[in-house]
Parts: sequence; C-alpha cells; structure tokens
Amino acid sequence: MAKLVINNVSLKYHTVEDEIEALHNFNLQVVAKEFISIVGPSGCGKSTLLSLIAGLIKPTSGSIFLDSSPISGTTQKIGYMLQQDYLFEWRTILDNALLGLEVMHRKTGESITRVKKMLKDYGLSGFENSYPHQLSGGMRQRVALIRTLATEPDLLLLDEPFSALDYQTRLAVGEDVCRILSQHQKTVIMVTHDISEAISMADRVIVMTPRPGRVKSEHVIDFGPEYDHGSCLKRRESPRFREYFTAIWKELNTNER
Amino acid sequence: MNGKQGYSLEHYKYLRRIRARKRIILAMQILLLVSVFALWEAAANYGWINQFITSKPSRAWMAAVNLFNRGELWRHLGYTIGETVLGFSVGTIAGILIAAMLWWSDFVSRILDPYIVILNSVPKVALGPIFIVWLGTGLNAVVAMAIATSIIVTIMVVHNGFRNIDPNKIKLMHTFGASRLQIFTKVVIPASVPTMIAALKVSVGLSLVGTIVGEFLGSKAGLGYLIVYGGQIFNMSLVMAAVIMLSTVSALLYYLVVLLERKVVKYNH
Ligand SMILES: Nc1ncnc2c1ncn2[C@@H]1O[C@H](COP(=O)(O)OP(=O)(O)O)[C@@H](O)[C@H]1O
Ligand SMILES: [Mg+2]
Repeated sequence: MAKLVINNVSLKYHTVEDEIEALHNFNLQVVAKEFISIVGPSGCGKSTLLSLIAGLIKPTSGSIFLDSSPISGTTQKIGYMLQQDYLFEWRTILDNALLGLEVMHRKTGESITRVKKMLKDYGLSGFENSYPHQLSGGMRQRVALIRTLATEPDLLLLDEPFSALDYQTRLAVGEDVCRILSQHQKTVIMVTHDISEAISMADRVIVMTPRPGRVKSEHVIDFGPEYDHGSCLKRRESPRFREYFTAIWKELNTNER
Repeated sequence: MNGKQGYSLEHYKYLRRIRARKRIILAMQILLLVSVFALWEAAANYGWINQFITSKPSRAWMAAVNLFNRGELWRHLGYTIGETVLGFSVGTIAGILIAAMLWWSDFVSRILDPYIVILNSVPKVALGPIFIVWLGTGLNAVVAMAIATSIIVTIMVVHNGFRNIDPNKIKLMHTFGASRLQIFTKVVIPASVPTMIAALKVSVGLSLVGTIVGEFLGSKAGLGYLIVYGGQIFNMSLVMAAVIMLSTVSALLYYLVVLLERKVVKYNH
C-alpha cells in the first residue's frame, strides 16, 4: 500500500465574486521514502494540493489517505514548509526552531538537545540566541527546515522552499537540503517552478495542467546508481539531466491538456 | 563582525560629526525654551505685555513655590498623575481585552463595528456630566473620564493590529496543529507588541486630556482644578504654573512609555 493516496480530489474556492476550481480530479500515489517534485504553471493549484494533504483545507470531493487512514485535519506525521521562512522576529533562532515542538507540547530537555544539535549540524552554531533579522536568507531557510524537521514528521511537504532566495544561495541551500533529506529518509513532496531543481532532487516529477489542476504527465527520474540523493549538484551534471529537462520543459509549454 | 578597534580614522570622524550634530540640536532646543521664558519675563517687566493677564515666569515659579510651602503641590500633582495613570492603565488593559474578544469572534466584531466607530467620534467631554451624576464629583468621575477618552482608540488601534498580522504566520501555526489560544498567545500578542506600544503612546496623552477635563468639571484637586480655580480668581500666575507643570507631566508620561518600549521591544535592534 502506498504511503499517500490522493483519490479524485477536487477543490473549489468560494468568494463572493466568484467560484474558482483550483483542482479537478487529481490523482496521485506516493510510496514511502519517495521524493516527488511537482511542477506546473502558477495558479494551477500546487499550494492548494499541499494544503489539502496537510489537512488545512478539506477537498470539495474525493479523498486523501495517509498510511491507509483518511486525512481529517492536521497531523503530526506531516511537516509542511511554507514558501517563505516566516520566522517570528521576536523569537531567537533556537526558539523559532522549537516552535512546532512547543505547539505540540513536545518540548522536552531531550528534544531541545536534538534541535540544538541540528542547528549545529546545519551550520548555525553560535546563532541559537540571535534574532532572525541577523541571519542571511539562506540561513533563515535552513532554520525553517529545522523547525519542520524538529517535529519528526514522516511526510514532508515543501512549497517552493527556495523561491525567496537568490540563485547562488538557492543552489547552496538546495544542496544542503538534498544532503539533509537523504540522511533523514523521509517521504517528500516538493512544489517548485524551477524544472532543474525538480529534476535534480526527485525520484519522480509530476507535471500539472493549468487551473483546474490535474496530473498532466509524470516522469520517473533515474540517473543510475552512481547519482544517489547525496548530491543534487552532481545530478545536474549527468547527461540524462538535459533529456529530462527538455521533456518536462516541453510538457509545461504545450497548452493542450 | 567588525570590532570597535577595526574601524578606520574616517569612521571615527564620521561618528564624531554625528555626535556633535546631536549635541548642537539638543543645545538649540534648550536655548529655544530658555529664550521663550526670558523673552516672556522681559516683556512683562518692560510692560510690553500686561502682567495681569499674562503673568510671567518668575511669578509662576513663586506660585508653584507657594503651593509647595503650603504642602499642596504634591497633592495636586499626585491627583493628576494618579488619575491619568489609573485611567490609562485600566483603559489599556480593558481595551486590549476587548480587542482580543473582537479578534476572537469576527462575527461579534462585525456587529459592533459601526458602534465603535460612532463611539470614537463622540466628543468624550460630553459624557462628563453623566459620569458626575453617576459617580459623584471627585476621583471616580475623573478616572472614568480618563478611561472614556482613551479606551476606544486603544480598542481600534490594537484590534486593527491583531487583524493585520501576516496570515501566513497563522497558517504556519495551523500546520503544527495549533489551537486558537496558542495562535493568540504565541503569534497575535507578541506580533502586536509594537502596535500596543503605539496605542499606549496615543492613549497616555488622551487619558491626560480626560483627566484634566474631568478635573475641570468637578473636583477639588489636581492640575485641572488649579487651572480652573486660578482662572476664576484671576490668579494667572497660578494658572501658568499649573499649565507648565501639566506640560512637564505630559512629557514625563510619554517618556515612560518610550522607556517601556525600549525594554520590551528588544529584537528590533
Ligand atoms: N483562499 C483562496 N480563495 C480563493 N481563491 C484562491 C484561494 N487560494 C488560492 N486561490 C486560487 O486558486 C488557484 C490555485 O492557487 P494555488 O494553489 O495557490 O496555486 P499555485 O500554488 O499553483 O500557484 C489560484 O487561481 C488562486 O487564485
Ligand atoms: Mg503556490
């Protein structure tokens, strides 16, 4: 049985002016430890999909199962990293990283030690007591990742996690995230609009149609055994990278549905 | 991180220039104040203005010393400061609680919205006689005036601050399964500290207005009482002394809020 099953999910947003169908009959199965990238035109319902999986909103029709049980509301099994870091400027870096644990009443001596170790491992030692404005964009994004990982979710949702960063930082943080995630062995669904990023990190890339979003096509990414998840940069140099890129790029640029 | 020793000579020169400029501005400010008082004193002494209706600084000073000698100065000051602080503390705390209630229930907030706007535009002075009938002349009515003048603005400013918090910060809390109370205590309140301080800066001044109006309308003590009493017996020196003290009290209270701000909002600098 798959880790996550998304079954014919549709979602309509209602506002006074209009009704917007963001997703229409969306289907996807994700197996444990798989890394899925989702690409699609902006406004096609990618963030909506993640919010549905996270249990923040309910589908208009269809159902979503995590470990065979239907999703109803948020669960501690899922970690959701938003598009920007949204660090709280009044909290120190350590307190920001501990936010999730605190909300879940799981802040203990043991978990604090663990988070401090993560901060150290991911190049943030010495910044525990700094405030967010003292950190660079890349560092802040790593704090946000630690905040998400600290609650030890087994399914990770990443919504354009690097879009707020400049290109150079983006590559560096992407590389860090690759390394960190390959250590943690999580199931990951990452939304991005950067095709290279999607290919370099994923086992499978899902291309979505314009709104209302559905799966348009999927591409299994296989660079062969010598390119494991440890380094995304290395994967970018593989000869197959170009092929995948061209195929997905074409998919995204043809309007037929 | 650059250590202090690591700066160049030009940087020290730059810093010195900035500090010198600050000192000159402060000196000019003091000079301006002293000149106004000196001019006032001179104008009265040389008969350019009528001392009987303008008084002069030395006489205002004597009036204050007189009050002090009769042991009344501290009583009047104490009343005004006490009533103001009481009024704006109660007004701020109640105002924040009401704003919290409005944040909690958007439904209630929509219902009350027009009434709050109307209450805000009603001149609170008009409520004075009502308070006096209900609470009698004296401390209670004055404090009620101080609360009435400041609470509505506090409610409006703080509620607005609560509502303008980045919804993504709240979404982030939801991803961790946070309860509404957790969202309130861990996001809404801390994110609104600067707004609450801003509300405090406004309401401290408004409470003082309320206090003085309350003292005008019915009291036997306080700077507002001194001003009205001095006006009635044509003792302009007493009036001027009270007005100058009032300005000082107002500046002092504002400065206290600024101190509080520096103590509370640490993460900004
Ligand atoms: N809360 C909302 N109310 C109404 N419409 C919304 C809301 N959130 C998103 N939408 C609309 O739904 C569509 C999909 O949005 P979203 O999932 O954010 O797209 P993406 O993340 O792929 O850019 C967009 O057209 C957007 O305008
Ligand atoms: Mg989005």
